[in-house]
Amino acid sequence: MKKSMLAVTALAAVGLLSLAACTNGGTTSGNVVCSDGGTASTEGKVLNIECWNNEFQGRFENFYPDFVKTVKEGDTSYDLLRDGTKVYFKITANDNNGYQNKLDADLKAQDSAKADDKVDMFLIEADYATKYTASEYALDVKGDIGLTDSDLSSMYQYTKDIVTVDGKLKAVSWQATPGLYAYRRDLAKTVLGSDDPATVQAALSDWTKFDAVAAKAKEKGVYMLSGYDDAYRVFSNNMTKPWVTNKVVHLDDQIKAWMKATKTYTDKGYNDKTSLWDTQWGKNQGPKGDKVFGYFYSTWGINFTLAGNSDPDKLGKTGDVSTSLYGDYAVCQGPASWYWGGSWLCGAKGTDNKALVNKIMYTMTCNAPVSNAITRITQDYTNNIPAMNAIAEDATYGSEFLGGQNHIALFKESAAKINMQNACAYDQGCNEQMQNAMKDYFTGKTTTIADAIAAFKTALDAKYTGLTYDTSFDNVTL
Amino acid sequence: MKPLMKKNRKGHINYNKWGYLFLIPFVVVFLVFQLYPLFQTLHFSWYTYYEDTGLLSSKPVGPDWCGFANYIYLFQHSTVRHFYLFELDLGKIEINDLLYYAINTILIWIEGFIPQIAVSLLLAVWFTHIELNLRFQRFWKTVIYMPNLIMAAAFGMLFQMIFARSGPIINTLLQWGWIKTPIDLGDSSSWTHVIIAFLNFLMWFGNTTLLLMAGVMGIDTSIYESALLDGASSGTVFRKITMPLLKPIFVYVFITSMIGGIQLFDIAQIFTKTTGGSQASSYTLMMYLFSLISDKQNYGQAGALSLLMFIVTAALSMTVYRTMHPRPNEAREQATSYRQRMKEYADCPATIAERGRNAMSASTEKGVR
Repeated sequence: MKKSMLAVTALAAVGLLSLAACTNGGTTSGNVVCSDGGTASTEGKVLNIECWNNEFQGRFENFYPDFVKTVKEGDTSYDLLRDGTKVYFKITANDNNGYQNKLDADLKAQDSAKADDKVDMFLIEADYATKYTASEYALDVKGDIGLTDSDLSSMYQYTKDIVTVDGKLKAVSWQATPGLYAYRRDLAKTVLGSDDPATVQAALSDWTKFDAVAAKAKEKGVYMLSGYDDAYRVFSNNMTKPWVTNKVVHLDDQIKAWMKATKTYTDKGYNDKTSLWDTQWGKNQGPKGDKVFGYFYSTWGINFTLAGNSDPDKLGKTGDVSTSLYGDYAVCQGPASWYWGGSWLCGAKGTDNKALVNKIMYTMTCNAPVSNAITRITQDYTNNIPAMNAIAEDATYGSEFLGGQNHIALFKESAAKINMQNACAYDQGCNEQMQNAMKDYFTGKTTTIADAIAAFKTALDAKYTGLTYDTSFDNVTL
Repeated sequence: MKPLMKKNRKGHINYNKWGYLFLIPFVVVFLVFQLYPLFQTLHFSWYTYYEDTGLLSSKPVGPDWCGFANYIYLFQHSTVRHFYLFELDLGKIEINDLLYYAINTILIWIEGFIPQIAVSLLLAVWFTHIELNLRFQRFWKTVIYMPNLIMAAAFGMLFQMIFARSGPIINTLLQWGWIKTPIDLGDSSSWTHVIIAFLNFLMWFGNTTLLLMAGVMGIDTSIYESALLDGASSGTVFRKITMPLLKPIFVYVFITSMIGGIQLFDIAQIFTKTTGGSQASSYTLMMYLFSLISDKQNYGQAGALSLLMFIVTAALSMTVYRTMHPRPNEAREQATSYRQRMKEYADCPATIAERGRNAMSASTEKGVR
């Protein structure tokens, strides 16, 4: 009897060992799903929000009234609300379609997931918003979640139009994203003689004048732009046709204009040859990097990226540009009217927390006092027309980070005029691969524009099935 | 049914058949989790089967039978690529994508493997030398093995930051005055190759050293001692004794390293941030496969590429094995060895040579040749 017991346990051990041996060190997905044991109530006690960075998490923790504190749980953490609900932010970085892949997989598994593991809300950004709003996985904000027309009345119309499908509103946003040019006041004084936003804007009001200032900056040893992709969105978000229509890819004239402008700038040494988001690009926004006159940003970038990069040692406003650039930046409209990005909140189909989703959406996007607070503290341009108008006309408002400037007044007009009609579901892949493929052309490694475009096509074909290319890709000359 | 425990005539229990019982768990898990998915992958390579990543629908497109369409697609794609050897411009050519990625993979592997095998052989010989007796051996063996413990992705990311334009290496070179302005090593296809090959070398040379050491320790030390007594130099000992006797382990190391090289993925993917670097010169076959599965989600094409990679790996392995283990040709070997022995005996005193020659002719008469 004893011997057979020994044999059985030995067999079981071998079986377990062979199972372990079978996972050949393959990569496992990073996101650990932690959930509370489900409680029996009409609403779940766990809210899962999927996003690609911690921008919304920051807004939520700082401005949502019911937020109590962040609680650490193992190697993740959750936000605790006053009624005991736990809010988990599941963050997957955007690089290489990573966030979309994860979100797609989770949404498709929604029906079979446990109540506490279901995706309740997810964020989408302009580059792929239309893909999710057109699907069944984003709930109807009015019909399913219960927001009313009067709730949504303060929003900028374009933020609603872009995410409306068949007459149904599928997502809401807390921000409007007019594009701007953020310049360094000390370098503006050196190159132009003045740091007053109106004067600087007059000197940069179109591309010809912008190029002229770039030449002047070069003489003083200052780069006009940090790298190849800085001006990309100024062109790409002004395209006249979408990237892909009915699976046919189109190369817009605006993209060709970007290629030409950037090649000229690189050859003449007007940019510092960095790529968007890499370490040198971020360093140049601060006191220790190379001297760059300014950056093309949208309003979300001021608080989310520029503020941190301008003052990496967290010294605050020192007044000394060799230690901290906090307070040294100001913004102006720049050479063109454009927008960049924007994040929307969606309720996920199958969520068990509809009432909480409704409350979060209302508070963060439809509530004037909250929007007012967000703008005053983070300089983000929030999606509330009355609140923005009030701040624009408030003579006492000035952002400390921007050296006392009231930048909301600057964008009151342009925010209302943003046109997102040409966004399509393939934008993220096309934009990323275009910037990648062109980098070799700008550095001179790819010698002709035709070769660079061929490389773009190859890279895009490795991302999407079934695309064809129209004649705009043939015989491109800059 | 015959009982598993058989008592033979002397009353002892026979556990012979128990081996099969112990094998069953492994076989079952292997069949279900490795062999079946393998066949499924190959099966789908003949079907159109993909997720339309521009939409978000709950069902994929297919599977629909399409014959060899996936294979034809993979072989059709070609792009113009520019080749550079550091600063030297080698010109450009329109080359098939698959071929280009295969060349990238093999090149990076060779660049990493040659230093790896050289250093590993050297270290293996030093650590096991009967005369050298290096101190702190256990410390050295631990240290050289440690890079293998780090996840390749973390390794790639660490060195990507070290070699970045604003990173420590470039800053140090600037301080020493070796370069005037900061350079971006990622812009150079040759430097990206060299760094990725170097990282591979760092990760695996510890493993290779230990394997080769095990091989060398399996050689009888009395052979070494007699060779040293006869006055053989270290080089001769290495060439004539160590290398031939090490051949089985060497072949194992070569083939496994080659298979690993063809599947080179983690380090290149992270170091070049999934782009493959300038001119996609470090874009390996596995990175392409990963893109087909994870981004494009085209399972048909991914299956086709998997099968092609399998065929290439199998063909290369067979070639290597056959080259290192040629089929013996008895007559040729005997003739060569006879000639060699006569040459060696030619320098010996006459009596021994006589003795040897007589012994040779005697065996020839007996019809051995």
